[in-house]
Amino acid sequence: MKAPTGHETASAANDFVTVTIGNQLFGIDVTDVQDVFAVQALTRVPLAPPEIGGVLNLRGRIVTAIDIRQRLGLGLRSEAFGLMAVGIERGGESYGLIIDQVGEVLTLTADAFDPNPENLDPKWRAVSKGIYRLEDSLLVVVDIDLLMNFGRVAKAA
Amino acid sequence: MKPVASMLRDIPIYSGNTILGDGSVIMIIDPAGIGATIDHVATDSRREEERAAEPAAPEREKTALLLFRAGGREQKAVPLSLVTRLEEIDAERIEACDGRYLVQYRGRLMPVRHVNAGSPLRTQGRQPILVFSHRDRSAGLAVDEIVDIAQETLDIELKSQEPGIIGSATIKGHATAILDAGYFLSQVYPDWLDDARALPSETKRLLLVDDSPFFLNLLSPLLSAAGYRVTTVASVEEALRLKDGGHRFDVIVSDVDMPGMDGLGFAAAIKGDEAWRNARLVAFTAISDDESRRRAREAGFDAVVAKSEREQLLDAMISEPVREGAAA
Repeated sequence: MKAPTGHETASAANDFVTVTIGNQLFGIDVTDVQDVFAVQALTRVPLAPPEIGGVLNLRGRIVTAIDIRQRLGLGLRSEAFGLMAVGIERGGESYGLIIDQVGEVLTLTADAFDPNPENLDPKWRAVSKGIYRLEDSLLVVVDIDLLMNFGRVAKAA
Repeated sequence: MKPVASMLRDIPIYSGNTILGDGSVIMIIDPAGIGATIDHVATDSRREEERAAEPAAPEREKTALLLFRAGGREQKAVPLSLVTRLEEIDAERIEACDGRYLVQYRGRLMPVRHVNAGSPLRTQGRQPILVFSHRDRSAGLAVDEIVDIAQETLDIELKSQEPGIIGSATIKGHATAILDAGYFLSQVYPDWLDDARALPSETKRLLLVDDSPFFLNLLSPLLSAAGYRVTTVASVEEALRLKDGGHRFDVIVSDVDMPGMDGLGFAAAIKGDEAWRNARLVAFTAISDDESRRRAREAGFDAVVAKSEREQLLDAMISEPVREGAAA
């Protein structure tokens, strides 16, 4: 999967699956990504936190879908397009991160990487490992641990 | 069936999930978890004690109301606890017969009428129907559109002159006609409300004692609908506090197997005390073998009804004349 690039140096190069969420480009480390799939037949889970988009069947596995828009507080997506999701695994369980659009796989070298800059939108910072400055945009590297760490389901109090 | 994802495990009402034949995922409900959730609801009704202590300023209880439209744009409502099921029935399955509408429903003929007597039932598409069931009979009330379910304090502001309407209340910001379901059901089945035949003109006060919030929630609407003014408590100790507080009841329905003082001790305590001696005391119990029944009667219960035979409860409460004298 690693495309040869002229930039490859001794410093590690990383591959990222790029996704768009609310016009912002995000990168998810390819080693975290199991799958990219179109979401069909999402079953809603009443009483679940708003970030939980529902559960779905991905080739016989039950996958918990996380609505990244909700997670980032971006409001509802327009339902006009089919939902796309990036499949990841966490603690032996499968999750689907519902995003707006899946882009390409980018190989980026560590020298283009910056830790979270001061002026980074706090919404992104909450789930970001750092950024890559691309030619015409900014790629926020998603920290899956941060992303998956949202309010635990409140016990039916 | 598979366990739910760890992220969803804290939601008490699911026991797992599984994949259906069509490939979709379905969540599986855990009845015990639902019970635990209801338990929380029940704490509200336990406040009945305080409420009873201060009859002048009763705390407002919220009622789940089914909102719908039927004949005209105005909103109508009926307490959700009275509705057994909501159905959408293919209009073609509704047949006119013997001067009324019938539909084959769950292997039997169910009469259906429109809430608004002047409105015809749909002849095509699907007809929304509120299904009411009692014992082995069901009746359907056709509506134009089911709008919503609301939790609201039911405060009838204007009584109605129109038969079938109890009055008007403000629900979700709109004036809403509250339907008298009993009126429609007795039109479909003239003897529908026969359970209430022995009801005296004044409302009997009833105390319901059960440590299971499920049964408290299950029974109190049924008993209220049968015309009793129902007070619920979750323990014998609470019940005895009501007694010492000077509250009087005409009928007491009590579970037998409860933590703390059980129903047998409760019966003995009541029968040994002047205050509640004359109330009719009915045991409502999960264990109802002959030996348990005998022990319950010996302890002072006037009647014993098994929880599995819930429909006998109303009869057990009225089959003998309620002895007067407990009135305060």
